Amino acid sequence: MLRSVLTLAAAFAALLAAPLAAQEFPALSGRVVDEANIIDDATEAKLTQKLEALEAQSQRQLVIATIPDLQGYDIAEYGYQLGREWGIGDAERNDGALLIVAPNERKVRIEVGYGLEGYLTDAYSALIIQNAILPRARDGDLEGGIVAGTDAIITQLALQEDQARQIAAEATQSRQRDSGFPVGLLVWGAIIFFFFILPMIRRGRRRRYRGKGRDFGDTVGDIILWEVGSAIVRGALSGGDDWGGGGGGFGGGFGGGFSGGGGSFGGGGASGGW
Amino acid sequence: MKLVSAARNIALAAGLALSLSACGINSVPTAEENAKAKWADVEAQFQRRANLIPNLVEVTQGAAENERAILTEVTEARARATSINVSADDLGDAGKMQEFAAAQGQLSQGLGRLLASFEAYPTIQSNQNYLALQSQLEGTENRIAVAIRDYNEAVRQYNTTIRTFPDIIGANIIHGADPLAPYEAATEGAEVAPDIDMTSN
Repeated sequence: MLRSVLTLAAAFAALLAAPLAAQEFPALSGRVVDEANIIDDATEAKLTQKLEALEAQSQRQLVIATIPDLQGYDIAEYGYQLGREWGIGDAERNDGALLIVAPNERKVRIEVGYGLEGYLTDAYSALIIQNAILPRARDGDLEGGIVAGTDAIITQLALQEDQARQIAAEATQSRQRDSGFPVGLLVWGAIIFFFFILPMIRRGRRRRYRGKGRDFGDTVGDIILWEVGSAIVRGALSGGDDWGGGGGGFGGGFGGGFSGGGGSFGGGGASGGW
Repeated sequence: MKLVSAARNIALAAGLALSLSACGINSVPTAEENAKAKWADVEAQFQRRANLIPNLVEVTQGAAENERAILTEVTEARARATSINVSADDLGDAGKMQEFAAAQGQLSQGLGRLLASFEAYPTIQSNQNYLALQSQLEGTENRIAVAIRDYNEAVRQYNTTIRTFPDIIGANIIHGADPLAPYEAATEGAEVAPDIDMTSN
């Protein structure tokens, strides 16, 4: 009896443990996430500055991550999942990129978001890794390799002046549009007024003459009115959320609160090892 | 009086719509379209790989006379793989999906062997075009893996949706939805470790 209970408990524990065994990712603590502690503070500050400048100029997000343990995953598999988890890049443009270094596995990877695959191609990523990062890493200067690789990626991702201005203008415009007057809400309001509220008022007036109690139609009408009302509130609330999310992507420029904008990754980029 | 009954009709229709939306009238097609879109991604990545292979043949031609056999094999595997297509309407056909996966798997294997055999050729290894092509092929294999994973996840969600309450009602009565087949990438003999032939062919 005791044994069967124990077996059951063990099975249950195994069930609980399964999701726990899923991949764990470090927190997105800034533009340089030095989990493996291989970049000294002064260099880290300089890199952060460069990455901020890149986002200010092109709206593109680049994040450097050093990972002490890939948990047995291939760096390419780990990389795109890390990018998705952090949501680097804008949710619509998917213009994020990651430079991932795993010093203990001696692996490096440039992970490229969907929207940047045309700019930072697999071949070019491989060239950066082969020419800028790996030679220095082989000589024991991993930090120098990271700095050189970052510079090369930034050069490729930075935009021409006129392009940069255009993208910045578009970003401001879309933010303004988001916070503009909610036309959808107005349309909804009109529909509700004409089809639900107006008939109800009329019905209510008529009822006074007939002196009849609440009937089935009234109750259903009330329920529907309630549903529609809550839908509007939901819509308004989630609309506000969208706006906040868009702001989050750009919020990184000010102070320490850096966050991804919800960009996604599909496995673009290149890997290398030394 | 007319107005009252009209209002009641509208109310009933709206109520009906609300209760229907709770039983899968929307969620089933949404999940299905999602899976189909993910399948299109998978196909796009396979196509990308197929497009890269002629370049590989071009770049390595002449440089590797000894590898002609593998090169021909890869070209043939490519022809076979591109001749089998699984359209979005055939996603429920597990047999066809298996056939497709087997053909693509064969191409993956041949391509892997070909790239490995080129390691022995310094002339190829130092060719910048080859290096670029190699990284593109690697990147494509990687994208294929990601796309397949996303597709399988979408299929899992869709299959769960059409088999669980309350969506199962709408799935059976309105949509007549059938489960979709996931992509199983197991190639023939993948569970057996390969014999490594060290002699050149």
